[in-house]
Amino acid sequence: MPSATLLGQALISGVLAGGMYGLLALGLSLSWGLLRLVNLSHFALAFLAAYLTYELGTTYHVAPWWSAMMVVPAMFAIGLVQHWLFDKFRVNELASLLITFSFAVILEVAIQLYWTADYRRFETPYSTLSFKVGAFYIPVLELILCLVAGALAWGTWLWLRRTYVGKALRAAAEDADIAAAYGVDHKKLAYLLSGLGAAYAGISGTFIALIATLAPAQIWTWLGVVFAVVIIGRLGNPLGALFAGMLIGASESLAMAVFSPAWAPVVSFSVLIAILLWNPEWA
Amino acid sequence: MEHRTGVWRRRRVLTGLAGAGFAAALAAPAIVRAAPSGKPVRVGGTLSLTGFLAQTAVIHKIAAEMMVEDINGRNGFLGRPVEFVLLDDQSKPDVARSLYEKLITVDKVDLIQGPYATAPILAAMGVAQRYGKVMIQSSMGIPKLQTYDMAFPATPFGPEPDKTYPNVLLDMMATMPTPPKTIVVLTSKFPSAQFMAQGMREQSEKRGVKVLLYLEYESGNRDFGAIAARVKEANADFLWVGSLGLESNQLLEALRKLDYTPKTHFHLYPAPGPLALSPDGDKALCSTFLEPDEPFMSRPGMKKYAAQYNERATKANLPYTTIDAQACGMISEWQILEAGVNGANSLDDKAIAAWLKKNQVDTIYGTVKFDGPFNHGTALQLVKQVQNKAWKVVWPKEFAAPGVKLIAS
Repeated sequence: MPSATLLGQALISGVLAGGMYGLLALGLSLSWGLLRLVNLSHFALAFLAAYLTYELGTTYHVAPWWSAMMVVPAMFAIGLVQHWLFDKFRVNELASLLITFSFAVILEVAIQLYWTADYRRFETPYSTLSFKVGAFYIPVLELILCLVAGALAWGTWLWLRRTYVGKALRAAAEDADIAAAYGVDHKKLAYLLSGLGAAYAGISGTFIALIATLAPAQIWTWLGVVFAVVIIGRLGNPLGALFAGMLIGASESLAMAVFSPAWAPVVSFSVLIAILLWNPEWA
Repeated sequence: MEHRTGVWRRRRVLTGLAGAGFAAALAAPAIVRAAPSGKPVRVGGTLSLTGFLAQTAVIHKIAAEMMVEDINGRNGFLGRPVEFVLLDDQSKPDVARSLYEKLITVDKVDLIQGPYATAPILAAMGVAQRYGKVMIQSSMGIPKLQTYDMAFPATPFGPEPDKTYPNVLLDMMATMPTPPKTIVVLTSKFPSAQFMAQGMREQSEKRGVKVLLYLEYESGNRDFGAIAARVKEANADFLWVGSLGLESNQLLEALRKLDYTPKTHFHLYPAPGPLALSPDGDKALCSTFLEPDEPFMSRPGMKKYAAQYNERATKANLPYTTIDAQACGMISEWQILEAGVNGANSLDDKAIAAWLKKNQVDTIYGTVKFDGPFNHGTALQLVKQVQNKAWKVVWPKEFAAPGVKLIAS
């Protein structure tokens, strides 16, 4: 039987890892829930941002937070361009899946052409920093990631509920025609939301560069689990995405500690199926 | 996409140097080496130029290009220039199978070379067997799966590395001032790593080293936090990791976050550069077949290959540009094919296979034979250790460079 220390440490590790799931799920959830576009290229944009952070950090010695100042607006702009294409070609929900998949593949190849398929690791002095609380160790970078994810999820939730723009976006997602009758310019707001989703991919990418190993094929390793997180957290619900990410992260980590690490990939989908069967009010 | 190397480059070089060559011929009429000429001998093969195996396959591609130029710089194959028809199998066995079918039936290549990694090799081997083609491969980590009579290994794993190599490690550890009494075996579920991990567990138990923990994780595992917590809690004398690529770095970083340093740790197939350069990699042990150090640098051609590889890997923007066992596997593949063609004096697959079975070949790995089970010869798997941010062969002692010793923790 695993010790309480092991279980506690695994739980901490899992919740913090879940912060990354939540952060990645945030942009995808907004796009899917409020624009009805399933944007698979979100993962590729996050990795493009990660590679840019890596490049700026290793070649030009730019600190990651300064890199984020450049990369996140760039991603926002890409999000705008991407939405212009969606708008121009009247892309619907199903078509968006195929088109953004193609976009992701093109980005993967472009990343591979420039950075090669070799593994890249952005070594920083703080990548392995941790501090001790009682018997447990808290990794600093993952904690910051969780705090940033929490702040973004909370801020986005408030923005969607308390501001005119947020309410207009939610109304347009419910019924675009009725919202338009009340003067909501859904098309313009959609550009804003698309840019925001891509900017969140940029923020995710900055953290991916700091805590993960970069290889072009890694773009796809997050796909399954983040999709599960988006669905568990409810489409278009930023706080739901964050909590679902932490739930999945903690479940995976506890499965690794109690059973076998090989069980971890099964956990996210088992939790998803269990919640879909249970159908609680919050899901 | 088709990558043709060798012939055109050779022709450009020859064109550029024609005048100089003519003058040299006049000045030195005793030169007898003839440039290969005539219809090229087409050698077909695939490598995982894209997909999850691409980061290692690119090393094989560079080594193959070097070797084609090298062979064409001698006499080619039977006086004819060699052309390598290289296709991208996308790290997918089914694609590798289709492409080998295409290479043999549509492109009508004269000979084939094996792809990279166990799964694509197995897929290609089925096609080679159907068409009776000799296939030499350098990266199938489970020798017992090489059941085709005309398939030959270029890397000296030996027929049973799951038994022989753990004992090489255990023999080495027995020489330490405090030999380990307990072990944690942690492995990726990647088939060749899992195969070796199971062997390590069995051999450790047989030799009285207690296995405190045996854990498997999925390839591409994202978070090592919980695994690190289990490794720390077990606190074994020896940590054996069946890792691929950067998994070792990720695990060691996760352990450092828990303020834990394993007493002695071994890594099966890590990314060599990042582990050697990592602050956590000091004294890490790893499997190898050779390193760019003595006594290996004294082997024929090794210095030249090491310099060429460094130059090309730098040009290809690879982060680790030192020649290693992966690159040498491909060099060995071409050395064996060249020896087989020259030995049989024929491009006939059956003749080449028959010659290889009866003879031994001097390769960059030393002398290799194919007279054992699954066409494997003697195992020559060694142990290397990170010392001052560089890999040094430490075991068996006769393969260690002068002054290099195993450093116990």
